Amino acid sequence: MAIERFPVEEGHILLFARAIGDLNPVYTDREAAAGSEVGGIIAPPTFVMAGAQFDPEYPLRPKPGKQWFGSGATPSGMSSPAGGSAGSSSENASSDGSSSDGSSGGSAGGARGGGGGGGGLHAEQRFEYHRPLRAGDVLRASSQPGRSWEKQGRRGGTLVFAEYVTEYHDQDGELVVTATMVGVRTEKVPTQEAQ
Amino acid sequence: MALAAEDVKVGESHEALLVENLTRTQIVQYAGASGDYNPLHTDEVYATQVAGFPSVFAHGMLTMGITGRLLTDWLGDGRLTSYSARFVAQVWPGDTLTGRATIEAVHPEDDGSTVVDLAIETRNQRDELVLTGTASARLP
Repeated sequence: MAIERFPVEEGHILLFARAIGDLNPVYTDREAAAGSEVGGIIAPPTFVMAGAQFDPEYPLRPKPGKQWFGSGATPSGMSSPAGGSAGSSSENASSDGSSSDGSSGGSAGGARGGGGGGGGLHAEQRFEYHRPLRAGDVLRASSQPGRSWEKQGRRGGTLVFAEYVTEYHDQDGELVVTATMVGVRTEKVPTQEAQ
Repeated sequence: MALAAEDVKVGESHEALLVENLTRTQIVQYAGASGDYNPLHTDEVYATQVAGFPSVFAHGMLTMGITGRLLTDWLGDGRLTSYSARFVAQVWPGDTLTGRATIEAVHPEDDGSTVVDLAIETRNQRDELVLTGTASARLP
């Protein structure tokens, strides 16, 4: 994934802060933020995830004229009744006891295309902050695969974990945030009742 | 008020109610703000009939975002140097989440600041862990 331009805007920070239920004035109120320790509106710690909005290829956003794997006339918008791989593998991996939020990791492991983005799950997320992210920053993001490892699932199947490391640089080329997503996928789908 | 460096000590913890009765609408709100519209989180029909889940469920990153407030309210704004989370179990509509952060280590730095390392746990109303994590912050 590469995001050429991710403008960090006050309005977007406000929407994001509302969505996580955090109405801290340092995210939402220009005047109050100006008088605070940080001196202006900053973004909440997990805000860089919203850079997905600026990734033209991001697979977990419906696009005009493109088939989408969510429901419409049928429960799955995909022609195949399986609805892409997201559903079935998410279900299996999570009921397998592996940690996950069940998200098909849109940017995990370079999983791309197709409805489910390849059926990876978001197992873990790490951020390193080099400075606070401020309204007005314009970021550029570039990602590359990190480490990967395997683990035996509790109910059969091999779980493959893979890191995906994204660096967010600001308008001056300085590194602001390093984000590491750990995706997990099941290599062999275990037989499992839907939970 | 943000935590002062002289007040921190290992073992001290801070707990907060993070969200009460999480709504599907808040999950959709997070989808809109973050851009992650995965139907597993936004589309009950898809989540139940295609993916076989009992309902939609929260993005792991929503839980991590909600948990972040526990840290910033306690430690102060713009002070985190790292924040990591493992998504241990799914978070469902109707869940009530409580978070706890505990100071694991305190490091005085050469520049006079203090770095604290924390362990984080977020649990649901059944006292089940949904997120475990770590964070570090620099206190001036």
